Amino acid sequence: MEVYLSLLVKSIFVENLALSFFLGMCTFLAVSKQIGTAMGLGAAVVLVQAITVPANNLIYQYLLRDGALAWMGLPDVDLSFLGLICYIGVIAALVQILEMALDKYFPALYNALGVFLPLITVNCAILGGSLFMVERDYDFGESVVYGIGGGLGWALAITALAGIREKLKYSDVPEGLQGLGITFITAGLMSLGFMAFSGIQL
Amino acid sequence: MDADTKKVVFDPLVDNNPITLQILGICSALAVTTTLAASLLMCVALTTVVAFSNASISMIRNHVPSSIRIIVQMTIIASLVIVVDQLLKAFAYDIAKTLSVFVGLIITNCIVLGRAEAFAMKNPPGISFLDGLGNGLGYSIVLIVVGATRELFGSGSLLGYTILPSVTEGGWYYTNGMMLLPPSAFFIIGLMIWGIRSWKPAQVEKPDYQISAAHNTESA
Repeated sequence: MEVYLSLLVKSIFVENLALSFFLGMCTFLAVSKQIGTAMGLGAAVVLVQAITVPANNLIYQYLLRDGALAWMGLPDVDLSFLGLICYIGVIAALVQILEMALDKYFPALYNALGVFLPLITVNCAILGGSLFMVERDYDFGESVVYGIGGGLGWALAITALAGIREKLKYSDVPEGLQGLGITFITAGLMSLGFMAFSGIQL
Repeated sequence: MDADTKKVVFDPLVDNNPITLQILGICSALAVTTTLAASLLMCVALTTVVAFSNASISMIRNHVPSSIRIIVQMTIIASLVIVVDQLLKAFAYDIAKTLSVFVGLIITNCIVLGRAEAFAMKNPPGISFLDGLGNGLGYSIVLIVVGATRELFGSGSLLGYTILPSVTEGGWYYTNGMMLLPPSAFFIIGLMIWGIRSWKPAQVEKPDYQISAAHNTESA
């Protein structure tokens, strides 16, 4: 249990996907003008991350890794070079299925997430989560925790940035720094703040 | 080279730079730039992928039904990235190791999909290849500037050769540790955007909110 708790804290704060690995930056900077939309997107990321990371973990463990096909009587096959194309396929397919399922069973949630769901396929935070899971060799339980934690961390970061940007529009920013420039500097300062968490372990 | 071709290749360098103006492909620009060598390798990898994906997507653009085009594009891009990834692992293993997951993340780099959607689906293969090359180079310029700044001031060297001898090695330069940490990349790109927009005022964004002249002490 302790391992999972420690991993959760680590993935939310210490190794925040947005602020210390710069994943999902494009959407992070583009869709953070209002707190409401930022939270919607954050929720969608948590949901998708919590499903795709464990799913990719199963695929890696039982189909792709060196010797994973032993249960089929093929112990010498190493398919790990097919990883990238499998993970992105799984993500694209799962997002599509999730969209249809939400539309049918939870229309309220579907409307709230709106256009963000399809956008998530090309969000690097999702693919990055799966790739980190493979690189660090998490088992199934850890991958579930890592998926949820990574998603929550990203959602926290984008909501915080949106909160700052809502206040920022009343400030007197130099002309060339207007918009994108000042957003970069703000994100830099936030990332500096998040570095205070480094080294924390439970 | 006629005027149109020239425009396609050179426009993305400064005037329509994918990173500083279109906000595309920022993740890797920030993450892999701690050393110049890693940045250079990333530039080569991305430029290759975006040029060839543009060319191949443009070749089949008339045969792909528009409802499934995204998945077709993703498959082409993912296959190219796998090829690049395997080549890097074979010939530049050490640096490829420092790039960690970011080579794989070229798949979701918005520059690649963005150019495929916006340019390659509408234009013939030759010019699409050049457009990919141009955008790859625009991305490379930003990465090289950021990578060089961070390595020079963070560890006093360029490509591993010492330029500013650091105090720990008996020189005079106190290394700036912040340059090696994630936040500095945000600051450097933010300041670069400021520089480019002061040079080319056409790129400046309009403020959402105008401060009333009565309270604006600067312009008075």
